[in-house]
Amino acid sequence: MPTRIFAAILFVVAAVSARAGEVDPADWHKVVEKARGQTVYFNAWGGSENINAYIEWAAGELERRHGVRLVHVKLDDTAKAVATVVAEKAAGRDTGGAVDLVWINGENFAAMKRRGLLFAPGWAQALPNWRHVDHENKPTILTDFTIPVDGLASPWGMAKLVFFYDSARVEKNALPDSAEALLRWAEAHPGRFSYPRPPDFIGSSFLKQVLTEKVEDASVLLKPVVEEDFQAVTAPLFAYLDALHPVAWRSGRIFPRNYPAMKQLLADGELDIIFAFNPAEASSAIANGELPDTVRSFTFPAGTLANTHFVAIPYNASAKAGALVTANFLLSPEAQARKQDPAVWGDPTVLAMDKLGPQDRARFAALELGPATLAPEELGPALPEPHPSWMERIEEEWKRRYTAEN
Amino acid sequence: MLTRLGPLLTVVLLTGPVAFGLAGTVLPAFGFLPALGGTTLTLDHLRALLAQPAIWTSAAISLATGLASTLLSIAIVMLFVAGWAGTRLFARLQHLVSPLLSLPHAAAAFALAFLIAPSGMLARLASPWLTGWQRPPDLLIVHDPMGLSMMAGLVAKEVPFLLLMVLAALPQVPLAQTRMLAASMGYGRVAGFLGGLWPAVYRQIRLPVFAVIAFATSVVDVAVILGPTRPAPLAVRLVEWMNDPNLAMRHLASAGALLQLAVTALALALWVGLERAGRALCILAVEGGLRMRRDAAVRGMALGAMVLSAGAVFAGLATLALWSFAGLWQFPDALPATFTLKSWIRVLPRIADPLLTTLAAGFLSTLIAGLLSVLCLMREEETGRRPGPALMLLYLPLLVPQVAFVFGLQLFLIYTGTLATMPALVLSHLVFVMPYAYLALKDPWHAFDRRFDRLAAGFGKQRWQRLFLVRLPMMTRAILTMGAIGFAVSVGLYLPTVLVGAGRLTTITSEAVALASGGDRRVVGVYAFWQMLLPMLGFAVATLVPALIFRRFRDMQV
Repeated sequence: MPTRIFAAILFVVAAVSARAGEVDPADWHKVVEKARGQTVYFNAWGGSENINAYIEWAAGELERRHGVRLVHVKLDDTAKAVATVVAEKAAGRDTGGAVDLVWINGENFAAMKRRGLLFAPGWAQALPNWRHVDHENKPTILTDFTIPVDGLASPWGMAKLVFFYDSARVEKNALPDSAEALLRWAEAHPGRFSYPRPPDFIGSSFLKQVLTEKVEDASVLLKPVVEEDFQAVTAPLFAYLDALHPVAWRSGRIFPRNYPAMKQLLADGELDIIFAFNPAEASSAIANGELPDTVRSFTFPAGTLANTHFVAIPYNASAKAGALVTANFLLSPEAQARKQDPAVWGDPTVLAMDKLGPQDRARFAALELGPATLAPEELGPALPEPHPSWMERIEEEWKRRYTAEN
Repeated sequence: MLTRLGPLLTVVLLTGPVAFGLAGTVLPAFGFLPALGGTTLTLDHLRALLAQPAIWTSAAISLATGLASTLLSIAIVMLFVAGWAGTRLFARLQHLVSPLLSLPHAAAAFALAFLIAPSGMLARLASPWLTGWQRPPDLLIVHDPMGLSMMAGLVAKEVPFLLLMVLAALPQVPLAQTRMLAASMGYGRVAGFLGGLWPAVYRQIRLPVFAVIAFATSVVDVAVILGPTRPAPLAVRLVEWMNDPNLAMRHLASAGALLQLAVTALALALWVGLERAGRALCILAVEGGLRMRRDAAVRGMALGAMVLSAGAVFAGLATLALWSFAGLWQFPDALPATFTLKSWIRVLPRIADPLLTTLAAGFLSTLIAGLLSVLCLMREEETGRRPGPALMLLYLPLLVPQVAFVFGLQLFLIYTGTLATMPALVLSHLVFVMPYAYLALKDPWHAFDRRFDRLAAGFGKQRWQRLFLVRLPMMTRAILTMGAIGFAVSVGLYLPTVLVGAGRLTTITSEAVALASGGDRRVVGVYAFWQMLLPMLGFAVATLVPALIFRRFRDMQV
C-alpha cells in the first residue's frame, strides 16, 4: 500500500513537472519570459564557415535581446541529431533531451515526423513573425519533400540547386543545360566535374536531380518507393553515373566530401563546374575572397530541385521556450535580411516582400545580389523534391555499388 | 597509506575504462545490447560485418599501412642513429626533430596534405615554369587507394617519436666505446652499431614500437585526412557505423571493432615474426663477416630520409600558416594574391569554447596523471621493487586499438548519463595521458640523488615535507616536462574526444578534423596553427620556468 501511495505521488509530481515544462506558443509573452536564461542547443550542420558565422551572430543577438544562450552543436550529418532523439525516446527520456532545436528538412524531417519526435503541430504558425512568411507563393514551406509540414517546423530559408563555373576558364556557350548535356560536357572535359560523396546532402540531391530528369514517369517519385520497381525506376540514374564516373574528377575514384570542398576545388582550378543549394553561394564566396570574381552561375532551363529548409523542436527538448524564441528571431525581417546578404551567407528569404513594412522592405532592397547570383526570375523552374524514401534508397544503393572501387 | 593506494588507483583508473570498454564493445558484437532490445547472443552481426562490401580490403589496408609505416619509421630511425649518433650533426637534427613529437597527428597530416596535394605547395612552387601546369593535374595523391600518403603522414609523426625513444635508451649503452671497438675491428659505422648496440637499444624501445603498430593499424584522424576512401581503412568505417543514425548499426560497429582487434593482434604477431627475421639477418651478417666499410650511401640515405620527413612537416606547417592569412590564392601562384586577418577574426570567437575545453581536459588529466605517477613511483621506492606485473597494465591503453574500447566506454557513459561531461572527458584522456606521464617521470625519479632525502630526514623533516620541500622542487624540470608531454598527448587525442565529447564538448583537434571536410583551407590553417601552438606552449613553460627558478642555482642549470 505505501508503495502505491508513493507511486501515485510520483505520478502527480511527474505530471505537474511535465506540465510545467510545456509551453504554449499562443501565449507569446509567457514564452519570452520563460526563455530568458535558457540555453538552447541548436543542432545544425557545421560544415560551412559563413553559416557558422551567421549562427554566431544570431547567438549574440539572442543573448542581448532575450537572454537566451544559443549553442551551435556542429553536425556533419543532421541524421545524428535525429539519432540522438530516437535514442532518448528509446531510453524513456521524454523530458530534458539534449537537442533543443534542429536544422532540418527532407528525410530527416520525415523520419522525425513519422516517429512522433517533434514538438506540437502548429507551433510554427503561432510564431509572431509567421505573418511575414510567404507560404502562398512558396509551396515548399507547407509541403517538404511531399510531406505536409503541419506547422511542426518553422521555415528558415529557401534552396535551389544552382551550378557555378569560372567564366575566366569556361566558355559560357558550352555550358550544359540538362543532366544529359552535363554528362556530354564532362566527357568533353574529363576530370573537371564531380559531386559530393553521398550521403552528403548536396551529393544525394545531385543524384535526385539526375533521377528526376532521367526517369520515365516523374510522378512515381512523389510517392514512396515501391521496392519491386526500384531497380527499374533508378536504372537510368545508375547508368548515368556509370558513364559519368570514368570522366569525373580523379576518374571518379574519390569524391569531394561536401559542397564547400567543391568550392575550394573550383578556386584551385581542379573543377570547372560545381553546384550548391544556395543561389548566392558563389557571390558570398567571392565576397569572402574564397573564389575569384569571375565565377558565374547557371541553372537548367527545364528546372532544378528546389526546397525549403526549416528549424524544428524535438518533443523532449529541454528549452522549448528558448527554442521558440530562437525560431521566431530567425524568421524576423532583420535576421532574414542579414541571412540573404551575400557578404554574410546569401541564403534566400522565406518572407514575402509585400507583407513587410516599408522599412524592412528597404533592408532587402538594399542588398546587392552579388556578381555571381542570378536574379530570381533567371533561376528557372523549380522541380519538386521526390518523396524522402527515394533519397534513403538511392543512398543505400549508391553505397552498395560504389563503396569499393572495383 | 596514500602511496599504497597509488598503484591500485592507477590500475583501476586505467584498466577500468579499458575493461568496461572492451566488454561494451564485445557484447554488442554478439548481439547483447539490452537498450536496443538485444538480449540473446547471436553471430548474425559478425556475419553482417563480413557481408559488408570490401570489408577485407579495408582490413588489409589497415594492416598493411600500419605495418609498412612502422617498418619504414623504425628503419629510418635505426639507420640514422647508427650512422650519425655521437656527431654534431646528430645533436642539431635531434633538436630540430624533437618539437615534432608534440605536434598532434592531425596537424601533421594537414601539413602534409597542404604540401603534396595536386594543388598543394609543392605543385605551386614547381608550376608553371617547370611542370607547365596552369591548373592542378588530375592526380590522385591525397586519399590514394594504396594509402601511400597516409603512410607518409604516419611516418612523419612516428619518426620523431621513435627517435626520442631511442635517444632515451642510448645513454644506457656504451656508445663511444663500442663505436671505437667496432671501428678498430674494421666495421663501418652502421654495421658496427647494428651488430654491437642495436639489440640492446631495441630491447628498450620494443614497447613503444608495439604502441606505434597498435596506433597505426587503427588510426582515424590521419586516415580521414590522408587515407583511402573507397574503401576507407577499417577504423574509419567503424566510426562511421558508430555514428550512423540507425542505432542498430552499433552492433555492426562493435563486430567491426572485434575485427580491428584481430587486425592489430595480427599486425603485432607479424611484427614479432619480422623481429625474428631481422635478428636472423643480423646474425647471418655478423657471422658472415659483413663489415660494410663503405656505408656512406646508407648513411646519406638515412640522413636524407630524416631531413625529408621532418622538413616536409615543417614546410607543410608553414603552408598552413600562410593559408590562414590568405585572401584569394589561386593556382599556380606560390603566394596569395592578398593577405588578410579575416580568417583569424572570423574563427577566434568560435574557437574560445573548444580552446577552453582543450585546456581544461589537458590540464586536469595531466595533473591527475602526474599525481598518480608520483604515488606509484614513491611506492616503488618504498618497497624497493620494480613495478609489478599489475603496473604493466599501464601500457594497455597504448596496445589496444582505441576504437576497440572507446566504443564500449561511450556506451557505458550513455547508460550512466555522463556522456559529454567534463569528468568523463578527463577520464578518457587520463587513460592515454597516464602511460606517457609515468614513462616521462620514471627515469628522472629514479635518478634523483636520495642523499638529499636523507639529509632532509636528518633535519627532522617528515616524509611529506621532504617530498614537497625538497624533492619536488628539485625535480621541477622533470615534472614540468612530464606535464608538457601529458598535455601534448591530451591535445592530440581525437577519437576519445569525438566519442566521449559527443559533439557537445569539442577540442581544437576534434574541431579541426571536423572542419577538414569543409575544405576551407584558411580555417583549417587557423585551427592547425592552434594545434601546433598549444603543445609548444607547454614545452616552452617546461623550459623557461625552471631556467627562471634556478637562475641563481648553478648546479640546477642545464
